[in-house]
Amino acid sequence: MDFFLQLTINGLVVGSIYALVALGFVIIYKSSGVLNFAQGEFLLIGAYFFLAILENARVPLLVALGLTVVSATLLGLLMERLVLRPMIGEPIISVIMVTLGLSSILRAIVQGIWGTDTHPFPALFESSPIQIGPLPVSRGYLFSVVSSAVLLLAFTLFFRFARVGVAMRATAFSQQVALSMGISVKHIFAISWSIAAVVSALGGVLLGALRGGVDGSLAVIGMKALPVVILGGLDSIGGAILGGLIIGVLENLSGGYLDPYFGGGVKEVAPFVVLVLILMVKPYGLFGKVRIERV
Amino acid sequence: MRCGDFRTTYAEDMAIFDSALARGLLAALLVLLVLLPLLATGYWLDVTNRIGIAVIAATGLNILTGFTGQISLGNAAFLAVGAYSTAALTARGVPFLIAVPSSGLISALVGMIFGFPSLRLKGLYLAIATLAAHFIVEFTVVHWESMTGGVNGIGIDPPKLFGYAFDEDRKLYFPILAATVAMLWFAKNLFRTRVGKAFVAIRDQDISAEVMGVAVFRHKLLSFAVSSFYVGVAGSLLAYQARIISPENFPLGVAIDQLGMIIIGGLGSILGSVLGAIFITLLPEALRLLTGALAGSFPGLVQLFASLKLGVFGLAIVLFLIFEPDGMAARWHRIKAYWKLYPFSY
Repeated sequence: MDFFLQLTINGLVVGSIYALVALGFVIIYKSSGVLNFAQGEFLLIGAYFFLAILENARVPLLVALGLTVVSATLLGLLMERLVLRPMIGEPIISVIMVTLGLSSILRAIVQGIWGTDTHPFPALFESSPIQIGPLPVSRGYLFSVVSSAVLLLAFTLFFRFARVGVAMRATAFSQQVALSMGISVKHIFAISWSIAAVVSALGGVLLGALRGGVDGSLAVIGMKALPVVILGGLDSIGGAILGGLIIGVLENLSGGYLDPYFGGGVKEVAPFVVLVLILMVKPYGLFGKVRIERV
Repeated sequence: MRCGDFRTTYAEDMAIFDSALARGLLAALLVLLVLLPLLATGYWLDVTNRIGIAVIAATGLNILTGFTGQISLGNAAFLAVGAYSTAALTARGVPFLIAVPSSGLISALVGMIFGFPSLRLKGLYLAIATLAAHFIVEFTVVHWESMTGGVNGIGIDPPKLFGYAFDEDRKLYFPILAATVAMLWFAKNLFRTRVGKAFVAIRDQDISAEVMGVAVFRHKLLSFAVSSFYVGVAGSLLAYQARIISPENFPLGVAIDQLGMIIIGGLGSILGSVLGAIFITLLPEALRLLTGALAGSFPGLVQLFASLKLGVFGLAIVLFLIFEPDGMAARWHRIKAYWKLYPFSY
């Protein structure tokens, strides 16, 4: 039973970060209908940038975090302006490919600057665990769950009440209608890309702190978040949260219980098996908008 | 003197070659390709062999993605299925001439299984479903050790035909060339048939296609099958060329490379698959030559090679998508049209 609980809690922690990364996907998809395959690289850049500021500038943690957020915003704006804007109105394969190409470029830049070795992350949290009921939970885990929850709540409120958030939803619903209501679709795209970049950068910092180091494998989380968004529905923030937690728990449980039979690695593939099953049964996920087309 | 395309019969419109000159030039190119091993060094024959394999795989992907409009990120997986089928078949003494098409067929079967979600999915969702196929196949390859050798890989005997062993790149060049030409010839003709036109109809508007009597799902599955057959054959040849295959030969990057080939070459164009495959395969070679030449003045460049390769590949894709979204094939046709009307090209 302890084993089960431990796996579940680990799953919830990892899941909360998946939810954060998935949020980045959902924000971009909701406003522009683009799925950003370079999300993993955004994570990576965020983590490396935070590390670089911390090491070179010797500033307090929060200042470094603030600078990371600012630079991620700029990165998102830059990507949208240079690469994504010329793609408006192009077929979906082109848009997929352009984000894949972007991910290659970003990965190359990261490798060129920081190499491929693992960079140790400074310990951001005390190592003594906190007791929750019978189980010891590490501070880092707790912090990442709480901060993910705060961010997710903030964005849910943002999309419901803030003027810009509502404008983003309107743009997602119909770009033409949004334009005729005086919303600048270009600005909305730019905002959504920079929000996605910021969310991913924060996710990257959290992941780096949890793992104790950063290397290229961090970008894989970007791919791992795909089953999450599909499970939750590509255009649902609530879905991203729930999907993240479900996939996180599922992957840890399946890894914990099935690894002995398969010789490891179940954790990596289980989300994708679930993904195929979901797509066959409920292609638009738990909360995604259903487009009915019968051919 | 020719001064434009003036086709007066349907037969002319359907013809593969629009003039005797084009036919002659292609024949000359083939002769040149057959004679190539006399001129090229072993290293460049390895490169040409890889180009041939890439051309087959890219053509397969183009049939699915470019002509039928079903985006697939699972090509590396289908390539792996083809390669491992060949490894398993040759280990059991199946001869070369049977192993290659059977690997294609096995790959086609797997392709159809993962094509099933296409019944209900399209666009992004299908791309993600095929991405899942990639990870599932990768997991199977790593863990089915009795068949695949796991992470350590598995060796393949060189192909033999009538007692003659194709055991080096110079010899293997000919079967690869023959397979490439045959596969291209088939693909070119496929799109002159009813089935091929049905594929294109599905890409352009699936609902209209259904209304006009095309059985959409059956043709989508068929497209997955034909495409994976191509990729499987490419994988089989890859296994024969590499001699040892392991999961490292088939990372997700391979699937992305191949998508890059058809994007840069031209979606929905056989010529495009060829041009794109050549371009993407030669890109790292050109970079290697360049870094080699500059290594004297910039010694740091050699360490950066891997990331440079990645970055240039990504940059090529992004630039092509922004400035030439129809690919090299479209550019080629435009150049041809320009010269056809030459002094009065406006």
